[in-house]
Order: sequence, then C-alpha cells, then structure tokens
Amino acid sequence: MSVEEVLVCGAGITSFARTEDDGRQLAVRAVRSALADAGLPWSRVRAAYGGSDAAGNADTLVSELGLTGVPFINVGNGCATGGSALVSAVGAIRSGAADIALAVGFDKHPRGAFDPRPADWGLDESYGRDGLMVTTQFFAMKIQRYMHDYGISARTLALVAEKAYANGVRNPHAWRRKPVDADEILASGMVNDPLTRYMFCSPGQGAVALILCSRAVADELEGTPVALRAAVVRTRRFGSFEVFSPWAPPGTPTSVSADAARLAFEEAGLGPGDIDVCQLQDTESGAEVMHMAECGFSEHGEQERLIPSGATAIGGALPVNTDGGCIANGEPIGASGLRQVHEIVQQLRGRAGERQVPGEPRTGFTHVYGAPGVSACTVLTR
Amino acid sequence: MEGTLSIAADPGSRLRGSRCADCEVAVYPADPVCPRCGGQAEQVALSGRGTLWTWTVQRYAPKSPPYAVPAAGFEPFTVGYVELPEGVRVLAVLDIRPEDAEIGMPLTLTVGDGVPRAVGARA
Repeated sequence: MSVEEVLVCGAGITSFARTEDDGRQLAVRAVRSALADAGLPWSRVRAAYGGSDAAGNADTLVSELGLTGVPFINVGNGCATGGSALVSAVGAIRSGAADIALAVGFDKHPRGAFDPRPADWGLDESYGRDGLMVTTQFFAMKIQRYMHDYGISARTLALVAEKAYANGVRNPHAWRRKPVDADEILASGMVNDPLTRYMFCSPGQGAVALILCSRAVADELEGTPVALRAAVVRTRRFGSFEVFSPWAPPGTPTSVSADAARLAFEEAGLGPGDIDVCQLQDTESGAEVMHMAECGFSEHGEQERLIPSGATAIGGALPVNTDGGCIANGEPIGASGLRQVHEIVQQLRGRAGERQVPGEPRTGFTHVYGAPGVSACTVLTR
Repeated sequence: MEGTLSIAADPGSRLRGSRCADCEVAVYPADPVCPRCGGQAEQVALSGRGTLWTWTVQRYAPKSPPYAVPAAGFEPFTVGYVELPEGVRVLAVLDIRPEDAEIGMPLTLTVGDGVPRAVGARA
C-alpha cells in the first residue's frame, strides 16, 4: 500500500507577546498568514483540525475564514492539542481524503500561574487546601531527582534559560525579547528549589497555523515545501512520573516523551543523530535538559558538558529551541506544539532570519510534553 | 467536601493504601483497582518509615482558595516523595527545615486530617 507523502506548504504565526486581541482573532490571523505563505485560497482547504485550551472552539473560525462547507474538527487534548490537530491533518492527507489540510492551534490565558482544581484531577480537596496543587512543584521535584542521579548543576539550568532569552532577542514574534544572563537567572528568586523565577515559562497567548498538502499539490506551488516525515502522539505507560500524583511507582520512571520520540524516528526512518535542529518542550529549564536525553539526543548526564559548551545554541552541534522556546515565547497551551513545527519549517526553508541555523539544516525534530503524561513528536526534512 | 483522606482516622495514623496481589503494585490512597493490570487490589496499612526520593520547597503562597493559609501566616514549606518499602513513593508535606532536605534521608510518614506528612527519623 502506498502512503501519500505529506508536506508543509504554508506556515503562519502571530506574535506571542501580550496584546488586547482575543484568541480567535489571533487564530484567524495565523490561518490567513499560512494560506498566503502557501499561495492557496481558503476554498482549497479540504479538511481542518484545530483547538485551544482556553480560547474557544476552532470550528467557529469558519465565520471569518469563509463558509466553504469544509469539515472542521475541534481538537481538545491539553498540551498536545496542536500535536493532535497536526496528526489528524496528516492522517487526512495520507489517506487521500484531502489534498490540502489545515492544523491550527491558539490560546490566550490570564496572567499568573495555571489554576487547577483537585476534583478535576480525581484528588481529595486536601491536596488543594494543603498547598500541593501547584504544577511547578512537580517540575522542580522531577529535575531535583534528575540532578541528583546524573550530576546536573543549577548553573546548567540557568544556561538553558539564558540561551532561551538570547534566542528570543533574535525572534520578532517572541514575547520575551531581552537578554538575561545566567547570574541574573540564578538570582531571580527561588520559586520551587532548584528552579528560579526566570527559569520558567509563563501562561501567554499566540496562534499558529500550518497548511499541509500532498506531493501533487506541492508540485504546483511556488514555495519551498518541507516534508513532514512523522507525527506521533502518545499517552503515558505505567511507571511514569507525572504532575499531581499522590503516589508514584518505584524504579526509574518510564517516559512518554521517549516513547513518542522513538516512534517518530521509526516512522521517519531517521535517528536522533541525523537531526540538524530541534525544538524540545521547555516548560522550565529542567524540562529541556531532561528531554534532550529522553528524546535520544544525549546520554543522561551528558547535558552537563553539552549545554555549557554551547552545543545547543544557534551555531552549536545541535541547536535546541532556536525561537526561544516556551521560556521566551510563553505557553499558550493550544499553540505551543505548532509553534515548534513552525520554527523548524522556517529553519529548513532558510527563512529564520537572525536566528537562522547556519549550514542549511536539512532535518528537524519537535517534541511537546504535557499533563497528564502526553507527548507529541514530529520529524521534518527538506 | 469530605474526601477519602479526611475520613482516615486520627491524626498521626498509618497510611491506608492498597496492593495488587498479582503484580505487587502498591498505591496511595487506596484504590480498589490495580492501576497496572486492572485487577482487584486489597487495602493495606503502609509502612510509616521510608526515605526521601525527591523534594522541593514551596517558596510562595499557593493560590488561595484552594490553599488554606495557616493562622500564623504563610511560611515556605518542603514537599517531597517518600519511598516506602512496599514499593511506592508517596507525596507528602515534609515537616523539616528546607535546608535539611536531602535525597535518601530517612523519614517517618503519617496521615491525619489532610495530606500525608513526614518528619525526620534518625535511622
């Protein structure tokens, strides 16, 4: 059975800075920008998938985009919303059901930390009353143990954030666009040991749209298409360590990110060593460190040498989060996964401006991770 | 709301978890179904002694509600996972000084009116 090749022929993004716009307005702008980038009218889109966590239903965007009758499916999958929309759009192209498909993710969150309720997580009210319904505690405890097991230092965590802000300076649609150095990051105030304030991303806003198409359509278009070689979403297996768990099983935790990455590489017929540029979930500095190893880009503990050496900076051996990641762009939940893919598409087309990875990168990888243990990964090539 | 934890006996009592007879998975709080195999799990009293697997310090007051700020005002507090010999790591508030927290340290774990709490136990 021949499977239809899937290409990204259009990519659109809004600024991730705080504005008065609502999430749907941002989404419409991103979709129009992606269509213009592809050189296609909305009427050619044969299938659409999208969602937000807190900014409304994607299918209502047809009011602004045009009432063409296109099937538009809402995707609500927490942190994997964008990744799930993308996997759905890939399925539509591969099956031959559509020759042009849209994936859109958008969001807008209030300022300040997310506000989870114990009952929504199947937990007793006492977990809220006693101060344990705090997502940042989980991230801190995961990296705390990891640092103990693999010898990662607090300074390396600070260097991850320093790089994120440095890349944000070079990215016109980033939210945080001022450089912050490692000393200032370490001194920015402890939130949950070992993580300080400037090591975290903040809930934010933004929208991203991608137009996918078949090879036949791509051949008619003028732009530079990028091949989407794999798109995978996985949920956790037994043994993983996740946010808001009153208990966890013993032993070395399993990783849904490792599962999703391995399957994405299998699907693409490539390995981590073949990748020129990647985007890894960096909810906070520690997450980027751990995801480097979980996704196969380093051995556990090797990050303590790689990160200070500049290996993950633009111009390093494996640039990570070249657009500044979540730390510099904030976290609009529905948009983040597609922001990562947008960035890789621009890097592979050689259109990433001041943050362009030198040497004409040909292969890229994206990884998103979120509660309650979901991960989405993609592999892209030029 | 009265939950499964708040009906759990006197302050300072042992934790009531459950354990699957087939795959030996122990969990807290008790769950009639094993999260690994889906089989039936039995209630067990978990050990009160364990070691610290990981920890952090809550340096700012969590959003209130749901957080109930102590009468004396908010003070940073330590939280962590305590690993018990039954093969389960239990999330607890640690009644220790943040600067004393250390992975592997022995702790005594109890539960009263709220989440599990642990204090230092010199081995």
